[in-house]
Amino acid sequence: MLAESPAPPSTVPSLNRADREALLGFLVGMRTFEERGVALYKQGRTPGSFYDGRGQEAISVGAAFALGPDDVICSPLIRDLGAHLVRGTDLTEIIRHHLGRDNRLSRGREGNVHFGDVDRGVVGMVSMLPDMMVVAVGLAMAFRLRRERRVALTFFGEGATSPGAWHEAMNFAGLRREPVILVCENNGLAYSTPSSAQFAVGPAERAAAYGMPGVVVDGNDVEAVFAATHAARERALRGDGPTLIEARTMRMNGHGSHDDARYVDPELLAAWAERDPIATYEARLRADGIDVDAIRAAVLARLDAAVEAALATPLPDPSSATEGLFCTTEPRPLGRGDAPWSGHAATSSGAAAGDAAAGDPPAGDTTIEGAGPAAGSPR
Amino acid sequence: MSTLDTTAPATATMTYLQAITDALRVEMRRDERVFVLGEDVGAFGGAFKATEGLFDEFGADRVQDTPIAEAAIIGTSVGAALAGLRPVCEVQFADFVATGFDQLVNVAGKMHWRTGLAVPMVLRLPSGGGFAGGPFHSQNPEAWFMHAPGLKVLAPSTPADAKGMLSAAIRDHNPVCFLEHKHLYRRIKGEVPVGEHLEPFTARVARAGEELTIVAYGAMLHLALEAAARFEPGRVEVLDLRSLVPLDEEAILASVRRTSKVLIVDEANETCAAGAQVAALVADRAFSDLDGPVRRVAAPDVPIPFSPVLEQQVLPTADRIAEAARELLAY
Repeated sequence: MLAESPAPPSTVPSLNRADREALLGFLVGMRTFEERGVALYKQGRTPGSFYDGRGQEAISVGAAFALGPDDVICSPLIRDLGAHLVRGTDLTEIIRHHLGRDNRLSRGREGNVHFGDVDRGVVGMVSMLPDMMVVAVGLAMAFRLRRERRVALTFFGEGATSPGAWHEAMNFAGLRREPVILVCENNGLAYSTPSSAQFAVGPAERAAAYGMPGVVVDGNDVEAVFAATHAARERALRGDGPTLIEARTMRMNGHGSHDDARYVDPELLAAWAERDPIATYEARLRADGIDVDAIRAAVLARLDAAVEAALATPLPDPSSATEGLFCTTEPRPLGRGDAPWSGHAATSSGAAAGDAAAGDPPAGDTTIEGAGPAAGSPR
Repeated sequence: MSTLDTTAPATATMTYLQAITDALRVEMRRDERVFVLGEDVGAFGGAFKATEGLFDEFGADRVQDTPIAEAAIIGTSVGAALAGLRPVCEVQFADFVATGFDQLVNVAGKMHWRTGLAVPMVLRLPSGGGFAGGPFHSQNPEAWFMHAPGLKVLAPSTPADAKGMLSAAIRDHNPVCFLEHKHLYRRIKGEVPVGEHLEPFTARVARAGEELTIVAYGAMLHLALEAAARFEPGRVEVLDLRSLVPLDEEAILASVRRTSKVLIVDEANETCAAGAQVAALVADRAFSDLDGPVRRVAAPDVPIPFSPVLEQQVLPTADRIAEAARELLAY
């Protein structure tokens, strides 16, 4: 079906027992957080709206788990809470953000899925899709120009492959071989619009036309998503350019908590429910002798404490709404995120070359071209 | 003061276009994070030759030719800026920015307020009419950006300001829309400081006067000066806005309070143009100082036509500005 196959990964990523426990913790963390979020919304405690990614947890968790600390996610979208959790963003801050309380992520200026964590290399999304995909390509361009060993990763849904911005991002990324990982979450639904009304040719098949591999992966298998993302990252770090990963999944709830999704075929949902990414992974880990219940209990305890702390947080100062439109001080660089995969500790591939984190080019060079050893593309 | 080296900074005569190229060259030499990108800006030197010579000096990484894709030019610049570089993108004609508008107003403009991340980038926008460019190569879209929070908007009228304000824009930590008027590129020459030169984002009194203030910017500044020169010296003041965001409100109010009458000129379509904001400001905060109505001369709300007779019918002229000034002076 695909016009081009991905290059095999240069190293087969291995996941040890602690990695698997961590992965399950993030999956369960996303699910339980969002179940609680729906409840808080229905209790009227959350302004605006609430969106969850039930059934899609394996994608953001698996993809983010493959990233190194200096990599940037730009951006997690509507069903990607797992990416935030993997990067280590504080749970209480995320809940404060949802509740419109004072918080360091958004200061109450945005709500629901609109947040990032600057200190952890995560740029928050905008609603116009897939705008942040274009920005991710620009981040990758900067990494390439500075010969830094780091990548940008972006998420988008299959519906977001229709606007012109998607084409422009794909064309730029492929043409210039930017070190960017393009993760398409194909859940078959753009709000209520099925893929059959969205495009004639699927996202992964289109990738070849832009000069990059399109990899189809089971989006309900967290380790498969991790492996595909790891391979894409290795490829990008070799200077071979971008990869489009199409992770196929199903949105199990409505577009948002306000949407009962009665337009979705119940039999289709029932079939996907059999393939629930968390139930299947739990069964597998249980068979390996991992104490799944202990992981769940720990996650729930953290969530309870975070919700309690968030509900006790004051609302933002109303007068702060007009502050900070323009940057008047030295720009703040993107920080480093958690990179919990054990493989990053075992190899050097998790670290950027030198300490050239965003902001400062290596000293002593007069051009971008001359900045540092040529670890990137030799084009 | 030493007798050896007390001279003012050396200047050179440059066209408006040469001053822009000079700013790019000086800032790129000064800061390796600065790079330019856009359609045909590389070896070709740009549609208007604003980047001529830069490719040879700085190479393909820092003078990047791009595909025809304004959203990607602007959007990848946002990404590069977030990563700490300082992109200067050229939109071949300001009119074309509409195809990249979303990246500018929804991504770049809101980024710092939303996230605290800076987006230090400059969007060079060759704008304006007067040379039979027709409806897609003649627009003055500055008001679009004035209405989008988080963008700075500059529109210099002289070579020295073009250099100094472009250089300052490149050093600014925010997204800056830099409107460079195409009709001034080769027609306007002036003395420009060599080497590093910065101008603040403020207004400037281009001609002093006591009885009427004409507020203008960009190409209209030159027509305003031409119109003002038709009256006795000292009667008509001309204020060059230079920067639209931030708008130098105090300079506008100070001039109008002194002269008590104001005429505001826009080359842009009249409705919600920059001049409309100036008029609102004066009405709100200088009402009691006025001895006459706030008057405007602007392009009517139609696209800019191609045929020179039609274009001249639409764009403000020195005659129309002088006529309005005469009426106001007699009011």
